[in-house]
Amino acid sequence: MSLPATAQTALQAFSACPGWEQRARLLMQWGDQLVPLSDAERIEANRVQGCESQVWLLAERDGAHWQFRTSSDARLLRGLLALLLARVNGLPASELAQLDLPDWFAQLGLARHLSPSRSNGLQAVLTRMQHLLDANDQGAARH
Amino acid sequence: MPGLSIYTQQTVLAVPKPMSLISPWRADFPGILALAAEGQTYLDSAATAQKPQAMLDALLGYYAGGAANVHRAQHLPGERATRAFEATREKVARWLNAPSAQQIIFTRSATEAFNLLAYGLEQRLQPGDEIVISALEHHANLLPWQQLALRRQLKLVVLSLDQHGLIDLAQAAQLIGPRTRLLAVSQLSNVLGCWQPLEPLLALAQAQGALTVVDGTQGVVHGRQDVQALGCDFYICSSHKLYGPDGVGLLYGRTHALEQLAHWQLGGEMLLHTDYSSASFRPAPLGFEAGTPPIASVIALGASLDYLNSLNASAVSAHEAALHSQLITGLQQRQGLRLLGTPTVALVSFVVDAVHHADLAHLLTEQGIAVRAGHHCAMPLLQGLGLSGAIRVSLGLYNDGSDLQRFFSALDQALELLQ
Repeated sequence: MSLPATAQTALQAFSACPGWEQRARLLMQWGDQLVPLSDAERIEANRVQGCESQVWLLAERDGAHWQFRTSSDARLLRGLLALLLARVNGLPASELAQLDLPDWFAQLGLARHLSPSRSNGLQAVLTRMQHLLDANDQGAARH
Repeated sequence: MPGLSIYTQQTVLAVPKPMSLISPWRADFPGILALAAEGQTYLDSAATAQKPQAMLDALLGYYAGGAANVHRAQHLPGERATRAFEATREKVARWLNAPSAQQIIFTRSATEAFNLLAYGLEQRLQPGDEIVISALEHHANLLPWQQLALRRQLKLVVLSLDQHGLIDLAQAAQLIGPRTRLLAVSQLSNVLGCWQPLEPLLALAQAQGALTVVDGTQGVVHGRQDVQALGCDFYICSSHKLYGPDGVGLLYGRTHALEQLAHWQLGGEMLLHTDYSSASFRPAPLGFEAGTPPIASVIALGASLDYLNSLNASAVSAHEAALHSQLITGLQQRQGLRLLGTPTVALVSFVVDAVHHADLAHLLTEQGIAVRAGHHCAMPLLQGLGLSGAIRVSLGLYNDGSDLQRFFSALDQALELLQ
């Protein structure tokens, strides 16, 4: 499985990161690059439950490929979300299903943000992403 | 929330004292030392406290010396465990100045104690009766009453707060009326950190013949409480915030109030007699302690209380007050930072203009500062303030001025990045 180009860039940047301050600055830079969601998209139906911050996640399927869009009101979480999209966007559904996302964040040195402590929303985002994929599979199976 | 302000008056401050406050009890708490050695500054004692060595010894001593169940066996280990277990009941009664140890019920948590009351009193309440709580209640003192009100068609009345975070007494006098059957209020808010005016509030409820429940979960940790002087019908607190083990909640009740409780959780040794079709139950406390209780934790709580009893209470209060004052002073010097209400003891919650609490929490965590971020199990209170969350710094008797110094330096670094 080859790494998408943006994911490759992220991995290089974060693995060269010397300390928490640098890492925080990088996360905020990545977060700033997220395409903003419109007010119409920042609605309850797109909200990820279980986050203390507000997070929205939308999934769109273009043929065999998935595109996700996401945002949050918290800046550092936006950075984590951008890193998530860098790894998953544009992948075919088959590849997405096999992806080890906790391992991706571990490679970036950000494994702690997937802790079971509920104060962070990233785990809830991954669960929601899986839920959206499963719902799509079931929808497809019915057709 | 009408009234309550998050804009504490910014005062012109004197030159801050050097942060040289040293806790003489810090070395008694291996947990705080271990966390410090790991680079963690623990300022989340309102969530749960670190434990004294004496408690750890008691916990290990019980298991290593031979475990046995309580109130069941005639054999020596059972007798020894029962005696130690019941000795803690005596110690808790003395700690709270309860008239008798038989008025102390051990539950699994303070939350369970509130649920015990809500289910135990359910049959005594009629549709249209009113339960009064306040806007600052922890979910543990909200949800059991809210759901009871829904089950029994009761009215849940919520008392508002003034700008300092104190329950508005003038409004309370209007709202506590002839249909009020129960008042359940916190002694010390886990978000706002101020002592509530319990005396006039309880008097208002008692004048209507209502039962009174005090949530002492935070209050019991910061100064000795006297349930007889308070005059409440029920007082609830938990062991793990009081430097004891987790898994134990405490429910004190006046004798006539305990007699009004229906038995709730059933099983084990809480009964007097049963056949296949009916049963009769023990009175309090054992009738409300169904199943095997947390024996080791109860025994170890006794050791925590012995330890706390051995300390100079006024020295502890003075130390906590000095830490709290340094905390407030330091926070008020930071630009754009606002305190929630007017905290006077134990803890401070705050927000910073244009900074998301989750971002601040993230960067404090990166620097090894353990504070709480979020809604603090008081979601409606935060919503009422128009906030999605806040940062809370809370103190234990083992914290030093240097803990605050590390917190402030981390806070400044975080704000520099975020602002």
